[in-house]
Amino acid sequence: MIAYLIRRILYAVPILIGVNLLTFALFFVINTPDDMARMQLGMKRVTPEAIDKWKQQRGYDKPLMFNVQAAGTEKLTDTIFFRKSASMFVFDFGYSDDGRSISREILTRMLPSLVIALPTFVVGLLLYVTFALLMTLFRGTVLDLAGVTLCVLLMSISSLFYIIGGQFLVSKLWHWVPISGYAGGVDSLRFILLPVLIGIVAGIGSSSRWYRTIFLEEVGRDYVRTARAKGLSELRVLFKHVLKNAMIPILTGVVAVIPLLFMGSLLTESFFGIPGLGSYTIDAIQAQDFGVVRAMVFLGSALYIVGLILTDISYTVVDPRVRLQ
Amino acid sequence: MSFKLVMLWTDVMIFLLLAVALGGAWWIRRRPHLLLPWQRLFKSRVGMVAMLVLSLFVVIGLLDSLHYRVALPEKNSNGQTVYAAEVLSVFDTLVGDLRSHSEKTYSAPLAVYLYAKESMETADGKILRDYPRLKYGGAHLRDPQSEHAADVIKRSLYGVFAGWLGGVLLALLIVSFAAARSRTSARAWVEARQNTPLNAMLATLVLLAMLFGLAANLAGAYHLLGTDKVGQDVLYLSLKSIRTGLVIGTVTTLVMLPFALFFGIAAGYFRGWVDDVIQYLYTVLSSIPSVLLIAAAVLMMQVTIEKHGEWFASSVERADLRLLFLCLILGVTSWTGLCRLLRGEALKLRELEYIQAAQAFGVSSLRILSRHILPNVMHIVLIAVVMDFSALVLAEAVLSYVGVGVDPSTNSFGTLINNARLEMGREPMVWWTLASAFGFMLVLVLAANLFADAVRDAFDPHLNRTGDA
Repeated sequence: MIAYLIRRILYAVPILIGVNLLTFALFFVINTPDDMARMQLGMKRVTPEAIDKWKQQRGYDKPLMFNVQAAGTEKLTDTIFFRKSASMFVFDFGYSDDGRSISREILTRMLPSLVIALPTFVVGLLLYVTFALLMTLFRGTVLDLAGVTLCVLLMSISSLFYIIGGQFLVSKLWHWVPISGYAGGVDSLRFILLPVLIGIVAGIGSSSRWYRTIFLEEVGRDYVRTARAKGLSELRVLFKHVLKNAMIPILTGVVAVIPLLFMGSLLTESFFGIPGLGSYTIDAIQAQDFGVVRAMVFLGSALYIVGLILTDISYTVVDPRVRLQ
Repeated sequence: MSFKLVMLWTDVMIFLLLAVALGGAWWIRRRPHLLLPWQRLFKSRVGMVAMLVLSLFVVIGLLDSLHYRVALPEKNSNGQTVYAAEVLSVFDTLVGDLRSHSEKTYSAPLAVYLYAKESMETADGKILRDYPRLKYGGAHLRDPQSEHAADVIKRSLYGVFAGWLGGVLLALLIVSFAAARSRTSARAWVEARQNTPLNAMLATLVLLAMLFGLAANLAGAYHLLGTDKVGQDVLYLSLKSIRTGLVIGTVTTLVMLPFALFFGIAAGYFRGWVDDVIQYLYTVLSSIPSVLLIAAAVLMMQVTIEKHGEWFASSVERADLRLLFLCLILGVTSWTGLCRLLRGEALKLRELEYIQAAQAFGVSSLRILSRHILPNVMHIVLIAVVMDFSALVLAEAVLSYVGVGVDPSTNSFGTLINNARLEMGREPMVWWTLASAFGFMLVLVLAANLFADAVRDAFDPHLNRTGDA
């Protein structure tokens, strides 16, 4: 197990290197820092001095890969690649355009993101699985058909609609909770209620339908017939036997997402004014803060890889036949 | 009136796609084994109705993809014809006044008065602050207070009736034409198709025609869905958005397909280092959260477009290239899922006897891939393409909201929603822009989803077909 984990982590390194090279190519090779400076400072009236200053402030005034002027190892280290890209491996993300440390910002913003994303994820998962199991219980009946139709309808609605509609209905019309905002501590409850609710509703369609197909596949198996022959009630068969055996395909999709919960949701956070990582990302995109976007890309892929490893481990937990070697 | 054709990049792509689809249809027609799953699809009632609705969207999109520039009446000093800077499409010409009839600012659906009060001078020279009449919406009414409701109802009824008449005539025409071709009477032709979704399709056709009649008759005299902040007709904007949605949904897959097919099959068939390299490639790409990768790529694309302003003759071309780039980037991010599926299938296929027999006979790898593997993974490709469509249409709206979607000047559901999202906070509320954008999107995506389900049911060999699915 330990050896397996070490191997998996080592295997993650080349992937992260790949991500790193890709972002480096995307941000510095396709367009030179000069182009970025010109874009941000406005195309028309821009002096070479202004560009130089912009580059110097951000540390983009170095050679890309190889510094001929520097001495010794500095030939490699005093470059944009080493300073901006390679340093991300130790989670040193540098500074954003407004001069704050990106790493610090990420650490403080993780909590609000998690406060929204975690309840949405947990409650949502329970609800979707239950709903899917109920549809499986009534499979082939009108109830099942109605459930599936509802799912298809719900998944055809844009997530923007859920947010805008939910905000309008619950906050503006009924005045139940504030439209947006965030506060720390217990007080935050009234702020997170609506985003969580909307997040859950928005996911019902596609998730429940997906779980339903998984369950339907399991229901046809022999062990289900045996369980029924033993005289177990259909509910017991579904919730004990089918659910347990369907865990592997469910976990495949679910566990990989858990680490990414830290990243928050772009849309929800920006609409509800939650100071999390999602709104941080969206602000950076809109302000064209290349440093922050680069950091989030790297962080996102690192978390994704953690998710893949967690998925493997979770298999051993739910299925004793799986052994990691 | 002379004009100059303008071929935008996405137009080329759309018509290329259309040609591929028509060519494919012609090719499949003569091969019964390939025709079989299609016949299963044609038996699905929901699927066919959804296809009919979708094809309406497609027709609008295609009409909106034929672009041209009109010649101006004056010639320049050298005697050459000068063309207007504005790029129009056939669709714009067909809807005519819908495009040009702009009001000052917001107006509610079917309204006669503007949304905002204005100072007006009355006949006796006094300044009055009231809601002014619209320039075009209900301009034919002399006394809106008493005539408005009656006029709307009258026009709706006329429209629905005319639509119904047209729809029924069209349905009869289709049936009699088809019956004449198969040399039977129309009654016999319909009765022979009792178990097919023909009835449902004809009913949908008539229903759509009625809806069209209603909309056309009302939109001629009013702003059916209101006007937006700068007074443009929301119905027109929504209809124009369809093309962008279709482009994103189809061109993206067209762009990614060659890569996914080639890499997926190659990885599965050759295994070894080829497999390792390709797996590494798509793991790297898929490990980056797609929104972030798209955002990063679009940011960089913006820089490139800004830098090379000289590439584009007009702002339309620039917006169009941005749309194409967006499709490319979306293609790169959505490429990995299909590639993984194809790799798995190719891994399975290569162990089958007929492939091993081909290998034993010394058939070249290229030939095995193209003759034996490729045709046997096509159902996966088709299902994936159809399934992706609705997700891409939805993604466009989100991306445009985030600010990494289409050009702000391009009509799309995303830009519509993005421009309108603060309008809910106005008093009185401006709800019609959002409602139209979401409504059109819902119909498009729902039809696409239902059609995709039907396609999957018809083409997936793993589904048991004992029941009447």
